[in-house]
Amino acid sequence: MNSLVVLPFLIPLITGFSALIRNRTPRRYAFVIGMTLNLLFSLWLLNGAANGDLRVSQMGGHPAPFGITLAVDTLSAIMLTITALIAFASGIFSLVTIDANRDRFSYYPLTAFLISGINFAFLTGDLFTLYVAFEIMLMASFVLLTLGGERGQIEGGIKYVTLNLISSTFFLIAAGLTYAVAGTLNMAHLVERLADQPTPGITTVLAGLFLIAFGIKAAIFPLFFWLPASYHTPPVAVTALFGGLLTKVGIYALWRVVVMIFPKDLAYLQPLILAIAALTMITGVIGAVAQTDFRRLLSFHIVSQIGYLIMGIGIGTPLAIAGAIFFTVHVILAKTTLFFVSGVVHELKGTYTLKKLGGMVKSHRGIAALFFLAAMSLAGIPPFSGFWAKLILLRAGLEEGHYVITAVALGVSLLTLYSMVKIWNEVFWKKAAEKVTDESLETHKRGAATPFELRVMIGVTAVMTAVVVLVGVVAEPLLVISQQASDGLLNPTTYVETILTPETDNIVPEGGE
Amino acid sequence: MSFVFAVTIGVLFACGVYLMLRRSLARLIIGLSLLTYGANLLIFTGGDLSRRAPPIVDAAPLEAMADPIPQALILTAIVISFGVTAFTLALGYRASQAVQTDDLDALQSTDTDETA
Repeated sequence: MNSLVVLPFLIPLITGFSALIRNRTPRRYAFVIGMTLNLLFSLWLLNGAANGDLRVSQMGGHPAPFGITLAVDTLSAIMLTITALIAFASGIFSLVTIDANRDRFSYYPLTAFLISGINFAFLTGDLFTLYVAFEIMLMASFVLLTLGGERGQIEGGIKYVTLNLISSTFFLIAAGLTYAVAGTLNMAHLVERLADQPTPGITTVLAGLFLIAFGIKAAIFPLFFWLPASYHTPPVAVTALFGGLLTKVGIYALWRVVVMIFPKDLAYLQPLILAIAALTMITGVIGAVAQTDFRRLLSFHIVSQIGYLIMGIGIGTPLAIAGAIFFTVHVILAKTTLFFVSGVVHELKGTYTLKKLGGMVKSHRGIAALFFLAAMSLAGIPPFSGFWAKLILLRAGLEEGHYVITAVALGVSLLTLYSMVKIWNEVFWKKAAEKVTDESLETHKRGAATPFELRVMIGVTAVMTAVVVLVGVVAEPLLVISQQASDGLLNPTTYVETILTPETDNIVPEGGE
Repeated sequence: MSFVFAVTIGVLFACGVYLMLRRSLARLIIGLSLLTYGANLLIFTGGDLSRRAPPIVDAAPLEAMADPIPQALILTAIVISFGVTAFTLALGYRASQAVQTDDLDALQSTDTDETA
């Protein structure tokens, strides 16, 4: 049974290959079916993890430190589920927004490969396999970002590719040196071996290298400049997928590697990490306030929200990490929804430029309501999810006496609200800029979507908004499971023992390998 | 021996970084490859540099065997960097077509609000 944990990797992979079919309709069906299966299976895993299951599978039946270990603990299950949900939603969204040309040049297979890479990163219990998973994810994201070959995409692509390759190099160096120091790459084994490392200086260097490598991917200060330069260039379905998920894979890697394997060095690096968190929050939100383009504003916000997640890591108590996990789920949902709204607005008005938009609160009440709910959630107004996420983090900060970072987090929260209100004013509240809008609507590149396609777009956005609101109103289950995930991360004894003890190695003869 | 390796790695990294800081797109790509070579060599050096028996069970006593893991890691990394380099070259070619120059400073249109 446990060898089934390979499925979140295999389902999208097989979907990707199936979606290479030449004919348009079966290709799209294959993609939707694959993403649905992926979502259902992830939900099943999450259900198991909520009941305390820890599923471990040793690939090829090689026992733990020697083979490749796949493990699904609570944290992995949460991340898998949220990924599957976003992949499904943005998949449906792209069915009606991606143009025929991108569709023909394997948009759907690439998306599926991207998901398979992300899921692989969440599954693996081995540093080098994590590197490979990152590369699968990156390769797919490189092509998705530049697919279509518009000038903006190519320019953004070069920055994105360069910075991510540098990050991969750092990761590779860190993984290689970790092997040289500890003689193993299995995470569970590393936890055990590095616990009584005689030369703590070396592990601090390693933790620092991992911090840089994953920090670039997570877009922390001062390593985030690739993000606002590139995320607004591809079609909005891609932006929504990237903006929701990719940086959070970096955050997951930070949790899994830096928090779980290097806890002592994390304590040593704490002032640095808290400073980074504060600066990430501030620069991100100030950058966002200055923007005049819908998607660029949201892109800068991704950076700002990453600061809160780093703050959780910096404080490092179980409550803080639980808050960060809750925050991740919240921000992935809210951010993707906001990008969907920007896509719908673009479809209706033909532009992302805030100056040219306006008056939508009268002409499109429903969309205004969807934006309002998602934006208030992001800004952290009770009773939405952002409020609980920030409340937990702030409480963790106050309990530990980190007053500066707590104050910064509160201030940034206010600025977040301000920038959301800015979008609200520009796009929905102010009077429509009559002339300009009409012109750009006529020269609108894609040609307006059919009413049915538009309804699907709004439908997906509405469902996502409903999920965002639901997470806020019924916060308890997610909070409980976040705490469980955070405990698993900070006290990895069960994780280590389950992986390293041969009896629990699930070497079933009929296994899927 | 490891001193020679350390210097070589240092030179590779220095050259890579220097090339990446130039404004040319082609040099950026070469610089990225050099960084990867440096990383690979670093992993190699992190293993054991002395001459040892091949890691085949029963062919040699356990203590005399070489550790095959660093080589396996490097092999994987080389394959990945091969694919990535191919993609970067293609991207660089498209960029030079789109922008009509090799100058990285010309790639600024996404930093302003005019596009998008």
